[in-house]
Amino acid sequence: MAEQGAVTAPVGDVILSLPTAHCAVCITDVERALNAVPGVRGARVNLTLRRVTVDAPGLTAGDLIPTLERIGYEAHELDPEALSSTTADRQGRDLLMRIGIAGFAMMNIMILSVAVWSGAETATRDMFHWISAAIALPTIAFAGQPFFASALAALKAGRLGMDVPISLALVLATAISVYETSQSGHHAYFDAAVMLCFFLLVGRYLDHRTRAIARSAAAELTALEVPRATLLRPSAVTGASIADAAEEVVPVASLAAGDLIRIRPGNRIPADGEIVAGRSEIDRALLTGETLPVAAAPGLMLSAGEVNLTGPLVMRVTAAGRDSSLARLTALVEAAESARGRYTSLAERAARAYSPLVHLMALASFAGWVWATGDLRLAVNIAAAVLIITCPCALGLAVPAVATAASGRLFRRGLLIKDGTALERLAQIDTVVFDKTGTLTMGRPWLVSADPLPASLRPVALALARGSAHPLSRALAEALSAETAAVIEDQQEHPGRGSSACWQGREVRLGRADWLGVTDDEAARPGSAAWFSVAGEAPIRLEFADSLRPGARECVARLRADGQRLILLSGDRPAAVAELAATLGIEQFHAGIDPMGKADLIEALAAEGAHVLMVGDGLNDTAALARAHASISPASALDAARVASDMVLTGQDLSPVADALLTARRATARIRENFAISIIYNIVAVPVAIAGFATPLIAALAMSASSITVTLNALRLRR
Amino acid sequence: MEILAILIPVSLGLGGVGLAAFIWALRSRQFEDPKGDAERILSDAWDDRPRPD
Repeated sequence: MAEQGAVTAPVGDVILSLPTAHCAVCITDVERALNAVPGVRGARVNLTLRRVTVDAPGLTAGDLIPTLERIGYEAHELDPEALSSTTADRQGRDLLMRIGIAGFAMMNIMILSVAVWSGAETATRDMFHWISAAIALPTIAFAGQPFFASALAALKAGRLGMDVPISLALVLATAISVYETSQSGHHAYFDAAVMLCFFLLVGRYLDHRTRAIARSAAAELTALEVPRATLLRPSAVTGASIADAAEEVVPVASLAAGDLIRIRPGNRIPADGEIVAGRSEIDRALLTGETLPVAAAPGLMLSAGEVNLTGPLVMRVTAAGRDSSLARLTALVEAAESARGRYTSLAERAARAYSPLVHLMALASFAGWVWATGDLRLAVNIAAAVLIITCPCALGLAVPAVATAASGRLFRRGLLIKDGTALERLAQIDTVVFDKTGTLTMGRPWLVSADPLPASLRPVALALARGSAHPLSRALAEALSAETAAVIEDQQEHPGRGSSACWQGREVRLGRADWLGVTDDEAARPGSAAWFSVAGEAPIRLEFADSLRPGARECVARLRADGQRLILLSGDRPAAVAELAATLGIEQFHAGIDPMGKADLIEALAAEGAHVLMVGDGLNDTAALARAHASISPASALDAARVASDMVLTGQDLSPVADALLTARRATARIRENFAISIIYNIVAVPVAIAGFATPLIAALAMSASSITVTLNALRLRR
Repeated sequence: MEILAILIPVSLGLGGVGLAAFIWALRSRQFEDPKGDAERILSDAWDDRPRPD
């Protein structure tokens, strides 16, 4: 923890993520515990975001996390710089303010309008209209700004978006109402214009909030990894000796080619490079899907994202940051993304068909009435009524209301939707492709059976396993945790080989087959193995299997029951892949596939007309994730994989994937229903408007009734 | 009908007070943690005296 202190700036707040906090007691406990730490000036829990912000100058997350862990709360450090959600916050507050003002104006104008509708005459009516105008004009000018700005942008780009008819309706309705009022006319549309503005702002705000929540949760996942590296500075006086080099903890972003860095066991490798000193084993599962660790010795090339397992290593950086292997994959991802093509969302398709139609209809009724009566004022009035009645109030709410309800439901179940059209694309899925290591399995081994180990040797094996940080040793220690450890002496870790110790004067070893002098056909078997030996006796083989991710079995079973075609893709050995496919009942599997191979396979499936959902976590899945019709990655995935996918699982459980498909199909059905509802309203109301029978009362009724129906229909999803 | 000259300004004024309160709440960031605020009311810390800050 001391090494973190070197880089964390003492100024500013420490932000910790609290994934398990959920109630009033949690808030009180956490705040009380943190306030009791000397040096803490204040702590404030935000339960909505599950975070605590601690004002503690000079203290670091490393000083505070143990305090929270002692009282039973899991806490993770968040990188405050990665949480730059301030602009999104400001936008949200800005929209809320406009909604508040439009709502206030709407209610007041409505009170006045009710009086007019119920028969106010002459001078009273004119006065009410003038008061309405005094409220409506500034409101429209202020609250309508988001629509005017985006309509202007659309017109400049030569398009007719949804916002052009909206702005036209707002401006035309207000202008004609002011004119009518000045001529002491009967009808003024101030109430309709402000109400339109209010409902559309609500739709806009829902849309904004859904995206802001997704963005902030995605930013939180990124902020969880505070990337640091231990830089070695061989001092000029003693020469370039590595042993006595000064150590300094630096942000990964500041690494440059040629730097020497130390990588401790258990740490992720921060950049690409070559091993200069040290022996260890490397876990490449996130990059290749291969579950067997690779022996590492000086000269071996390492890539960013791999994990160092047993011994400390010194590495010379050859490429860091944007030049590393991550960046090389970016080109692959970009190519794949352009191949996916731009998906046209339902809302876009609706807007494309709708905008020209509305304008034509308003224009036609204007021309028709001028031709029939020659009365310009009447014709403009009717054209404004047509624009207001057809205005996409319900259309503007149809998609955001459903998206908010559906993504809120999925978020509570542990699935975060990053992309706006992901739900619609997810609803079309007919083929699900899974990655193996890290997705269906946890990449965490467990001992298949302790039977090969005689009961007399178990305490020895436990003692030996406890002294090592290697994943297989830890799995062995966990499996034997019921035993009492034997007394062993002189335990030594042999990085890249195993560990040895002295027990009752005899040497005992736990490690790789070749180190114990036996040969193992590991590659042909599904699991991985460690060997245990006591000097003078035959070595014992201990077999380990990769544990399934929780919910994997249920998820696969539900998807199969749903009629999805399931495929397992992995870069791992055929034996391991075949075993898992048989366990889960997946019939089609491909082993030993490289990253390009995965993307090509998805491409081939897409060419056959399949809509593929890719679920994967590794760097080797990135191109496939980007190429697939929709993609999901677990929170434990590499940053690059999470960026490439549309949805992220926030917990460990895989079962929300099956839920997501169901919810997505229901959400898309709701969106279509909502479109149908608003079209029906239009079919009924438009002829009335064109015929010239529409009064402000009819406009107000049609608008609020359709908006409320659409919202209620969307809310049915929350159940 | 003269009563309208009093009632309309009164109704607008009352609405305006509500609007001003909403804008004040928005500006003083009272919508940052709706879930936390709902739970905090249940905590019995600071029930006897106000929190010093």
